[in-house]
Formats: sequence, structure tokens, C-alpha cells
Amino acid sequence: MLTLNVNGYSHQVDVAPDTPLLWVLRDTIGYTGTKYGCGVGACGACTVHLNGVPVRACQTPVSSAIGRQIVTIEGIHDQVAKAVQAAWEKLDVVQCGYCQSGQIMSAVALLKHNRKPSDADIDNAMSGNICRCDTYSRIRAAIHEAAQSLA
Amino acid sequence: MDDIRIENESRRYFIQAGVGLTLGICLAPRMTFAGMGSDPAATAFEPNAFVRIGTDNTVTVISKHLEMGEGTYTGLSTLVAEELDAAWAQVRVEGAPADATRYANLFMGIQLTGGSTAIANSFEQMRRAGATARAMLVAAAAQRWHVPADAITVRQGVVMHGKRHATFGELADEAARLPVPDQVALKDPKQFIYIGKKFPRKDTYDKINGSAIYTQDIKLPGMLVAVAAHPPLFGAKVKSFDAQRTKAVKGVVDVVAIPSGVAVLAPDFWTAKQGRDVLSVDWDESEALRLGTSEIFTQYRELAAKPGAIARNDGNAGQAIAGAAKRLEADYEFPYLAHAAMEPLNCVVRLGADGCEIWNGEQSQTADQHAVAAVLGLKPEQVKINMLYAGGSYGRRANPHSDYVVEAVQIAKAINGRAPVKLVWTREDDMRAGYYRPMYLHRLTGALDEHGNFVAWQQRIVGQSIMAGTGFASHMVKNGIDATSVEGAHNLPYAIPNVMVDLHSPTLQVPVQWWRSVGSSHTAFAVETFVDEAAHAAGRDPVEFRRALLAKEPRHLGVLELAARKAGWGAALPAGKAGEKRGRGIAVHKSFNTYVAQVAEVTAHPGGRYSVDRVVCAVDCGVAVNPDVIHAQMEGGIGFGLSAALYGQITLLDGRVEQSSFPDYPVVRINEMPRVEVHIVVSQEKPTGVGEPGVPPIAPAVANALFAATGQRLRKLPLRLA
Repeated sequence: MLTLNVNGYSHQVDVAPDTPLLWVLRDTIGYTGTKYGCGVGACGACTVHLNGVPVRACQTPVSSAIGRQIVTIEGIHDQVAKAVQAAWEKLDVVQCGYCQSGQIMSAVALLKHNRKPSDADIDNAMSGNICRCDTYSRIRAAIHEAAQSLA
Repeated sequence: MDDIRIENESRRYFIQAGVGLTLGICLAPRMTFAGMGSDPAATAFEPNAFVRIGTDNTVTVISKHLEMGEGTYTGLSTLVAEELDAAWAQVRVEGAPADATRYANLFMGIQLTGGSTAIANSFEQMRRAGATARAMLVAAAAQRWHVPADAITVRQGVVMHGKRHATFGELADEAARLPVPDQVALKDPKQFIYIGKKFPRKDTYDKINGSAIYTQDIKLPGMLVAVAAHPPLFGAKVKSFDAQRTKAVKGVVDVVAIPSGVAVLAPDFWTAKQGRDVLSVDWDESEALRLGTSEIFTQYRELAAKPGAIARNDGNAGQAIAGAAKRLEADYEFPYLAHAAMEPLNCVVRLGADGCEIWNGEQSQTADQHAVAAVLGLKPEQVKINMLYAGGSYGRRANPHSDYVVEAVQIAKAINGRAPVKLVWTREDDMRAGYYRPMYLHRLTGALDEHGNFVAWQQRIVGQSIMAGTGFASHMVKNGIDATSVEGAHNLPYAIPNVMVDLHSPTLQVPVQWWRSVGSSHTAFAVETFVDEAAHAAGRDPVEFRRALLAKEPRHLGVLELAARKAGWGAALPAGKAGEKRGRGIAVHKSFNTYVAQVAEVTAHPGGRYSVDRVVCAVDCGVAVNPDVIHAQMEGGIGFGLSAALYGQITLLDGRVEQSSFPDYPVVRINEMPRVEVHIVVSQEKPTGVGEPGVPPIAPAVANALFAATGQRLRKLPLRLA
């Protein structure tokens, strides 16, 4: 049994230590907001926060998350997260929506350490997150919008 | 060839296997009363198959179309809310069950989301559904208040007469007891309060907090997850397999042979995948395809030397070319393309005593019901389908052979239905499974007279037929012409007196399928870059050259002029940095009865790299039901088309697919997305689709811009500068 802290709650899971965190979150615990897109860390759909740092859950062995704060899309409630979600809503960013949990997790992490990101900062922080509906223009605008509302 | 033209324009598909379907019932009254439904609070009044009004004052719109990102749930809600005079906030959306008698696409006669038809085919149907519900609520209020119905007004979900008022929810029970009116009046467009304005998407909230449910997220009691081993070559089959190592993986429950490979089942994905990865399969490759991309193109070039089936023949192109002052020739090459939606393909199946239940991002209900029924020996109506959100599709989830749905059903059948099954394809499974946009070769020959007039056009297209061998073939393939192979080419809008378009449709074992914008994904490129070459050869400006040839095509002309004006066509582009070359290019194309023109601005950097900086897009899709959704679809279509223009290619080497995932099949990322400006032509024409038409013009606009910047004509996709 491994003990994980997800979204502030403690979970006991019976999985092999090298199981990717993504599948423990989705299949074992049931947080399905974090998505599987590629399994090789190339698309960002599975982005979660580990002690506040955005990581690809598909590339994170569950053992390396023990003793850390794991936060998924279901567990973001602070001021920055609310600003990001409000901006996403205001600008109607989503289309199919499948990548958006990951996009939002990356955007929240960006705004937590950079309250006024430039376009280049956004490119750096967000270019690991693919959106096949290509909502990128609105993602960029929504990050600026969230930054403004937080200022 | 007029018949093909008409059919293609109206885009009416009919499925061959659709035996016994009732076509296009507009409103199937289904009276229900409070307490009858599974959710009594929400099921009070259901005046027709598309609207349900609960005593809790919610208006539920039943969407017959899949929400895969294109905004259908929002668009259909807009139509209902408009005629119902509902408040936007009270409107919810629910996916319709599979039932072609009530939920057929009226352009197709089967239940299918595709061809950019969701709004176009539903425009009147959903408005009528809203108007019917409104009339019954008004009648209920008239009865309650003993006043004439025509003295009652409805605004924002409130029914009013003088000082009296009632919400929809308060009237729902009474309305449900009234007869459904035969005829209802629809609003005059001048009265529209929703249509033509921005209202927020209905699916945003669920999609920003992780609560939206996709197929990937379904978990049923006792469900097993299946990961399948597929043949490494198209046309290969399982000879034998050794599951010893797989069964040694802790948690693996079963390993079963299915027609499309071998499936490994476990309670969770990761266990099933580990089991699949150590499975030893001996494949029979005796019938498999062994060709590579270059060999296929060599065969296509040989075919291009011979006349094909004629799709259009105006005047005498051959003669006009032979006697012309100036002759242009160009070959264009298009690779296979994968859809690569963010949600890899998956499907959940549960077999029961009296049928089969499916959970899926379901795009093609009727065809899938027939295919599944055939596998299980059921009647199609015994196949119940729960339509969930799809994490993208771009056409892939409406597979004409129901490939992944049937695979899931085969696995459930192979374990005798003892557990529900969720089939999950990995990204690599998804990308290597075929059903690609076909490879094509276009050979263009054109002629100008001594005054630079475009006098002849000859276009020969070589590539696999998408429709051949599917249930759509009898209606979509006529006289050797698959309408989807030539759409966008045989209906060339330019006034050229001699036009010949012909087609070769070689057969290959690589499975092919429609891919966002279908034929126009390649024809628009060949046509619009060749026209640009002709303009250059004639010494004319590309916009002015097109304008003259489109004099009798007002809607093409409308978007062309609008895009050019908004882009500042004719004014010099701001110069780039030292060593950079900048250029601007235009393309205009009609697909799915929607007209789009795009102007792309590019920068060619030293060393062959280039960037697309800005795209100005003009679109004429008739009445703009929700302008913001139209903007979003143009933005998305441009990004999607740009991925193909910059990177997209599935290649074969000795029959093996060389790509597997995003590292070797790159797509546009945020840093590569141009600034996009969208302008909508104001129109009172019937609304047409927007999901696909944003895609076709971007690649030719970029290629034309790269020519303007560098002088290089790029005729092979993806576009690479020398």
C-alpha cells in the first residue's frame, strides 16, 4: 500500500511503485479530469501539480509522488485558479475540451510564479500542451485576462 | 456530370445498409407526464423529441448531434431558446439516444454528425421544436388565467399576461396535458434575440473543472479495460499468439483473439497495457501491404499519365492547351494524414440479455447500430448508444466500418459478455490504425492566351476512394467518381471556358477515411496555388486575377474582397529583421456550402525555417447563428490546417507506418499559432456549416505567401522551403 495526498485528501493505493501517477489518479482513485493523451509526455493533457510544480502525470512514477502534495484539476480552488477558470469561461476558450484540464493546470502554474507573463513567457509555459482544436489564441488571451484580473 | 455536382452541393448521404429507416421525421410527439421519466423533477413536459421542460424550470435540449468541440450543443440550444423565448441560463443540453426515426440528420436520413451539417439540417427543426413548446406553455397559461393565448407574451423564460406571470417550470405540468399543435409560426429574423449574437457555450463549465465525461472516463461496475494488439502491417492477420508472459502480469484477467488482433483485459488500463506489451503474436503477413510512400507515389505518377474517369468536361481543354500562348504544368503531392484527436479512440460496451449498450463519443449512430447488430445477431434498435462528449474527432469517430466500435464489441463478445469492456487505444494504436486522409497526386495543366486570359484547366486527381466499399458508396460513387475525391476541384468556380477534371481511384490496403474538410483538404491546395501560379504567369495581382474570374460568383467574391481589404492587401508588409523575407498570400474556397477566404502573412527565416504570423479570414456561412462559435471554428480550422501544412504526414516504409505519436507526428503548438482575425459576411441566406470550411484555404494561402516571400513554389505537403 502506498499513501498519496491528492487534492488535500489522503489515499491508500495498492499499485506497483512504477505505475504512472496518471493511471493511479484516473483508474485507482477516480480523478478522471486528468486526461490521457499520449503517454509519452508530449501533449500535456495529463498535467497535474506536484508541490505546486506542473508535471506530466504519465511520466511520473507514483512512487515519486509519495509525500508530496498532488493537485489535479478537481482540486484547484485558490485565487489564481479561480481567475484562470473565470477567464476561460469569459472567453469561451474550450472546444472539445479534452486537453483543457492540462492547459488550465499549466496556466495556473505559470501565473502562480509570474503574475504578468509576456507572450514569450506564455509560449514557454504552454508549448508543452497540445490542443488539436487549436484554441491557442484564446488560451493566450485568457491567460492575459486572468493576469489582469489578478493584478 | 451535373448529377454529381448537385448531390455534392447538397451533401445528402444515404446509407445503403439503412434498411427500414423512417426518414426525416421533423417532430415525433412523445407526450409524457410528470413522474413518468427516470428523473421526475426534470421530466414534466416533453412536447417533442428535442425539448424537455422540467418542473424545476430547466429547459433540456436533446441534441441529436455529437459535441466534439464544434459548438453543436450551443448552436442547437440557440435555435430552441430563440423560438421558446427561454432564458439562456435555464437551458441545458443532453445527448440524444440512437434512434434514426427521431434523430436522423435531415440531410442524410441517418443519425450522423458530419459534413458540417449540424446547424444547417437542424435550423428549422430545432426552431420548430422550441416554438411548439412555447405554444403549449402559452396555451397552458391561457387556460389557467382564462385569457386568450394571443394576449400572452413570453420573455426570458417567463410567461406573462398583465400583472400575472409564471415560469416555464410552473406551467410544465399543465402544458404536458395539452395537445401538441400541428402548426406553429416561427419568428421573423428581425425578432431574433439569440440568433446572430454571442451567447456562452453550453459545455464550457464542465470542461474547465474536469467534470465533463468522455468515453475515457466511463467506469462501470465490474468493467474490464481492454488494450489490443493490432497487426504491424495493413492486411496482416493473427497466425497464433503466446499469452504466457501476458498472463504472468499481475492483474491481467484474460487474453482473447478477435478478428482485428488480440485483446488483453484487466481491471485497469495500465495493467492491460503492460500485458499487451509483452504479448507474443505471430502474424500472418502473406497478404499484407509492403509498399512504401515513395513506391505509391511512383504508381500514382504512372496513373497520372493516363486519362481517368471524367468528373467535369467543359469545352475542350486538351485542344485549348495545345494551341495556347502559355502553358503551365504542376504536380502536387499530398501525404496520408492522421486525425490525431486528443482523446485516442476508445469505446465502452456492455452486453445484456436483451441487447447491447454502448458509451461513446458517438458520431455515427445508425451505421454503428447496424454494424454492432450484425456482430451480435441483434436488431439495430437493440443497440443502445449513450452519446458522450468526444475529445475531438475531425471525422475519425464516424468510421464507415465502425472499426473501433466493432472491435470493442468483439472483445465483449469474446468474453461472453461476462463484464462490461472499455477498449482503450494508446496514442500509438490510434496513429497506426489507418483510416487516414488518403494520399493524393494532382496533375494540373493550364493555359493562358496571349492576353493572359485563363483559357484552359486540366486537373487529374489520383488517390484512393474514401467511399468505395462503404455503405455510402451507392450514393457517393457514380460513374467511377467518388464525389469526395473531386469536391473542390470539379466545381471549380473560376470562369475558365475549357475545364477537364478526371480521376483515378487506385485501391490499396491502407484504410482511408474523411478528415476534416474531406476532399477540400487537398483540392483547395492544388486549385488555389495553381491559380496563383497562373496569376503570376499572367503578370497580374493574385486578388485582381481571381476577382476577374469570379465575376459571376458573388459569395466567393464577397469573402475574397473582405479578406483582402481587412488584411490590407496591396499595402506593403512591415519588413522583417535582417535576413528575413516576408510575404502575403491569399486563397478562397467553398466547402460544405460555406465560403471562406484567408490571407496569410509569413516570414521566411534564414535556413529554411518559416513562421505564419497573421491570418485574416472572411467567412460567409449564411445566417450567423452564434458568431463567436463561428470565430472559434475558423480559428480552430486554421490551426488544424496549419498543422497539416507545416508538419502533417503519415509515411510508410515497406508497409510499416513510420509515425506513432506527437514526437514524430508534430502538430501546431501555441508558439506556432498565428494571430487570427475573423470577419463574418452579413447574410440572410440559410445557415451552412463552419466545422470544416476554415481548414481548406490555409495551406494554399501559406504556400502562396511563401512564394511571395521567397519565389519558391511549394507543391508538396507538408510545405518545406529549400
